[in-house]
Amino acid sequence: MSALRYERAPVSTFAAYFTVGAGALLMLVPFYFMFIFATHSDREIQAVPPPLLPGSYLMANLGILLERVPHFWQNIGWSVYIALATTLLNLFFCSLAGYAFAMYEFRFKEKLFAIVMATLLLPAFINMIPTVLIMGWLGWFNEPRALYVPAACGALGVFMMRQYIGSAIPRELVDAARIDGCGEFGIFLRIIVPLIGPALGTLGLVTFITSWNNFMGPLVVMNDMAHFTVPLALRSMQGTGQTPWGAICAGSAISVLPLLLMFVLASRRLIDGLTAGAVKS
Amino acid sequence: MPGKRKVSSSIQIANESAELASGTQPHAKKPLRFRMRDWAPYLFISPFFILFLVFGVFPLVFSIYVSFHQWDPTAGLGGMKWIGLDNYIYLITKDDWFHKSLYNTSWIAIASGLPQHLVALPLAFFLQTAFGRWRNTFVGIYFLPFITSTVAISLVFTALFSREFGAINSLLHLGSQLPLLGGLFPAENIDWAQPQYSKTMISFVVWWRYVGFNTVLYLSAMQTIPKDLYEAAIMDGATRWQQFWHITLPMLKPMIYFAVTLTIIGNLQLFEEPFVLTAASAGDGRMSGSGGIDQAGKTAAMHVFTTAFGESDFGTASAVAWLLFILIGLVTWANNRFFGRRD
Repeated sequence: MSALRYERAPVSTFAAYFTVGAGALLMLVPFYFMFIFATHSDREIQAVPPPLLPGSYLMANLGILLERVPHFWQNIGWSVYIALATTLLNLFFCSLAGYAFAMYEFRFKEKLFAIVMATLLLPAFINMIPTVLIMGWLGWFNEPRALYVPAACGALGVFMMRQYIGSAIPRELVDAARIDGCGEFGIFLRIIVPLIGPALGTLGLVTFITSWNNFMGPLVVMNDMAHFTVPLALRSMQGTGQTPWGAICAGSAISVLPLLLMFVLASRRLIDGLTAGAVKS
Repeated sequence: MPGKRKVSSSIQIANESAELASGTQPHAKKPLRFRMRDWAPYLFISPFFILFLVFGVFPLVFSIYVSFHQWDPTAGLGGMKWIGLDNYIYLITKDDWFHKSLYNTSWIAIASGLPQHLVALPLAFFLQTAFGRWRNTFVGIYFLPFITSTVAISLVFTALFSREFGAINSLLHLGSQLPLLGGLFPAENIDWAQPQYSKTMISFVVWWRYVGFNTVLYLSAMQTIPKDLYEAAIMDGATRWQQFWHITLPMLKPMIYFAVTLTIIGNLQLFEEPFVLTAASAGDGRMSGSGGIDQAGKTAAMHVFTTAFGESDFGTASAVAWLLFILIGLVTWANNRFFGRRD
């Protein structure tokens, strides 16, 4: 892809390396401090200059964290549960809808798909108030389903799956299965699903991360500390009395660690997935 | 597109008559029978549309309805009082905090948005031209902030921006010790919670979070520029700067327009970063979301939140949401009108 020889210009190449390197450092430094601070006491953190090497206060910080946020492990449990439920629902519903948009001809198909894409532009804040009302009527406050049901079939997922199925699966395959007497849903389950593993993987990662990081959603429907998700739990340490910096950084590190792990293992796929709507449309 | 549909159905008719002749046609179904195949696609896409109706369309319509009422939700649905456009009139003519939140939003939107693109464009070009094997690693590093939890990272930044011990003030202090350039840096520690600084802090964090995302967009658009353009330019002795200015930038125009549109839409609804970054500095016992001292870091989306849940005024809050929505629509439209593709 980059086989092209660009003009050799040592000075500007050096400048490019330097700028890109310095910028990359700037991107990483906050993460570095997060992990370092997680292992230091508040007094050490508040020293000038700040500590630059790992300390020995990690367990103590976790203790403070659990003192300030008694349900922290439970909060992690809720976050994992909600993220997994959202992911599974999206894998199923988005691939099903994406399959329909990619492989069938039906009335209003283009218009319906345009509606799907248009919903991507709806800002989150506009639904904040009515969503609270709906959840109140349904009695879903502090219920995980208040978060995973509305998010069960994301527009971006439908779009991603339509693109992938449309480009990766030949229509003849579907037609052949139909001639052999396979039902419409059977075609999806037995022919399509086994062939779209990579796209499902990408969609799964993206959905999990989006749900894991979601803040505005749980902020308005989860008001009991025992039912907080991780971002809410972390934020609850803020503002009241002395800020426990070490504990906050320890908690933040715990919440970011799984994401970093996923990113290291599948960065290419994640980047492609998270920019899919923008790059391909 | 009805025209297209007609074409496809006439193809189908042609297919079905061809199938009679050859027997090899895949669409081997009788046209008059009720076919699962005709309604299966509607069934398959129905979950999306059912969810969208319940949790998308209905809330939208209902919030318009609420915005014409005076309503404290604790009084129940019966407590709604029709007041017509009063909420809107109040917001536009009287609510100074709303005006301030719009000012803050625009300030932060520009101060974080413009540098995002001014940095992402050359950065993508550097990554494209000067990096081979390491390109993906660096792209990954720049993209990392985008995937991490806003809350977690904003909390860490709150520590880094602390007045007494924050690493950022330490850095600035180091800068002020420099022999020649020292004068450019503040000698005193900056209290980033103060109204005159908090928007800078928020803008920096927003910039930090999204610059990599934009870089990836530009980088992927650069892959589609035909290579012979560069080859021809190099033959003519164009420097790398000239290549960037005369080939890359013009060819990227559609993507620049698109990425800027995304930034505008996203930045006008900023909520999480300012919400967390200014919470610690509220200090006066009010709920978080107030935007810090003098509400200097309160965005319009935060104003929706505090009006609704801090003041239990769902009518006005819905009107704020709709005004902001209309504003986002107008700015996007203007952007399209003036900078959209016309050639």
